[in-house]
Amino acid sequence: MESEYIIRTEGLTKDYPVGEGYFRALADINLTFSEGEFAGLVGPSGSGKTTLLNIIGSLDTPTSGSAMVLGREVSTLTTKQSAFLRNRHIGFIFQSYNLLPVYTVYENVEFTLLLQKKNKEERHRAVMEALDWVGLTEKKDARPAQLSGGESQRVAIARAMVKRPAIVLADEPSANLDAENSHHILQTMRQLNAELKTTFLFATHDEKVMKYLQRIISLRDGKIEKDTKS
Amino acid sequence: MLIIRTAFKNIIGSGRATWLNIAVLSFVLVIMTAYNGILDGWIEESRRDTMEWDTGWSQLWQTNYDKYDIFSLPDAHGKIPEQIDDVFKADMATPVLAIQASVYPQGRMMNIQLKGIDPEQHILKIPSLSLRSTEEGTPVVIGKRMAATTKLKKGDRVMLRWRDRNGVFDAREVLVAAIFDTTVGSVDAGQMWIALDELYAMTGMQDEATYIVMQRESPVNADTGGWHFKDNDFLQTDNRMMEQSSRAESLIIFTILLTLALLAVYDTQTLSIFRRQKEIGTYVALGMTPRDVTGLFTIEGTTYSLFAALLGAIWGSPLLYWFTKTGLPMPEAYGDIGMAVGKAMYPVYKLTTVTTTILVVVVFSALVSYLPARKIASQNMVWALKGKIN
Repeated sequence: MESEYIIRTEGLTKDYPVGEGYFRALADINLTFSEGEFAGLVGPSGSGKTTLLNIIGSLDTPTSGSAMVLGREVSTLTTKQSAFLRNRHIGFIFQSYNLLPVYTVYENVEFTLLLQKKNKEERHRAVMEALDWVGLTEKKDARPAQLSGGESQRVAIARAMVKRPAIVLADEPSANLDAENSHHILQTMRQLNAELKTTFLFATHDEKVMKYLQRIISLRDGKIEKDTKS
Repeated sequence: MLIIRTAFKNIIGSGRATWLNIAVLSFVLVIMTAYNGILDGWIEESRRDTMEWDTGWSQLWQTNYDKYDIFSLPDAHGKIPEQIDDVFKADMATPVLAIQASVYPQGRMMNIQLKGIDPEQHILKIPSLSLRSTEEGTPVVIGKRMAATTKLKKGDRVMLRWRDRNGVFDAREVLVAAIFDTTVGSVDAGQMWIALDELYAMTGMQDEATYIVMQRESPVNADTGGWHFKDNDFLQTDNRMMEQSSRAESLIIFTILLTLALLAVYDTQTLSIFRRQKEIGTYVALGMTPRDVTGLFTIEGTTYSLFAALLGAIWGSPLLYWFTKTGLPMPEAYGDIGMAVGKAMYPVYKLTTVTTTILVVVVFSALVSYLPARKIASQNMVWALKGKIN
């Protein structure tokens, strides 16, 4: 049964030192996610959703408890192993896109494949396919500074999806976008989720995003308040 | 390879501060290449001229002779050792007899060294052929420095006074037959050259010499007949000491220039790491290790110096080439510093010197780039992704 879960947390707790004490960002989180889920962590600022996303993405480690991602315990991974996990299996989408400014759209999407040492042909095919998914093939030579917010976020989606990861972690992906662009990128992600069976996990407090989610986990003060599936 | 490619792209797409650093580094490289070229050219010329005009390749010194002790001169003469007769016959050596004397230009006395040399010799560049006997008087030749000091011109006559081997004073009027122009002050200032046979006759020191100048081909390489052998290394001591002092000066200037340039690189790197926190976090999120990112920033900083070398080659090469044609004009007074100095110093760019200069700049650029970049490895990437410094 265990292998069904792509992500599983048990008693996950994260404390941040504050002065002489600490601030508990996550308290005893027990969650499982299966392949192909389109789920979201929702809650107000400071509820712990981004912290949970970062631990799952092996960018952060828990204070106690465990976070198993694709069968690997993230707190025991070396920096090299966690880099490998992120590079091969996890795609990230950030609120402020985080595109590399000196690279073109094509090169931004290609970057992760270069890290995987894929050959030029493979890279070209995968990048063009990813740009096609998000409808940006004609902008492949543009630089991030020449793109609108919606286009930038679509490049970020292409960059996250180009390696066909098992998991995509999206932290407030629509926060800087208007309603139309939010709708567009969410539809794209929903489509990719359906086609490629990629697990999407959002951290959001945007009502527009919630409408698309199949599962909503409400967090408050670092604890799970509600876990509902539609 | 990816890191180098990324670093390269980041530099190409980076702002003015980066290109300013590259320009400053290229300036340091070109200035130091020119400076070291001048130094190398000067040293090469000085060594060559010293050998051609003064020391030859090696020398034999009469046992009492000490070039650096003027008081040794009255006793520094002796019979030329017979053991080297063959060397003389093969034209590979020429004797020089040096005594103290005085001249009286415009009625004022001036102490000089009077040196006797074979007019037919061709080992030193002293125009000794002008010393062939003439009915017009006893010919002497002097250098331009001596001529300037004594205000003597070619064709002038001047009273010369000396002591013979018994210490008895004698005097005679001599004719300035030629004035030579040399960069080597040690055969010029305070010296007068006369035919060796003439000097023998004047002093009674027949077949004696103070030192013997030998060519490179001379087989003599050890003390001979009680005379001390001085090799080329010893004879270049003055040049070597001057070279060491000049190299030290060059090192100080290079260190100051490089430190200023590297300070700019360090500042830019520190600022760059501060400003590009989000980018650093993104690299890690995409699958690079923090150590990879440290390497990326270090290579970026190091690439400054490689670009600087390229830029320096583009704007510096024509300039440095032009410099080899025009040289660096030197004031006349420079000839008195003890080292052979021409009217202009012409640079010689040695591959080893240029390569070493570039290598030093590259290595130190890498070091000052690594210093701020090494902190990336210990950064909290969650904060970095948000663009916050930690």
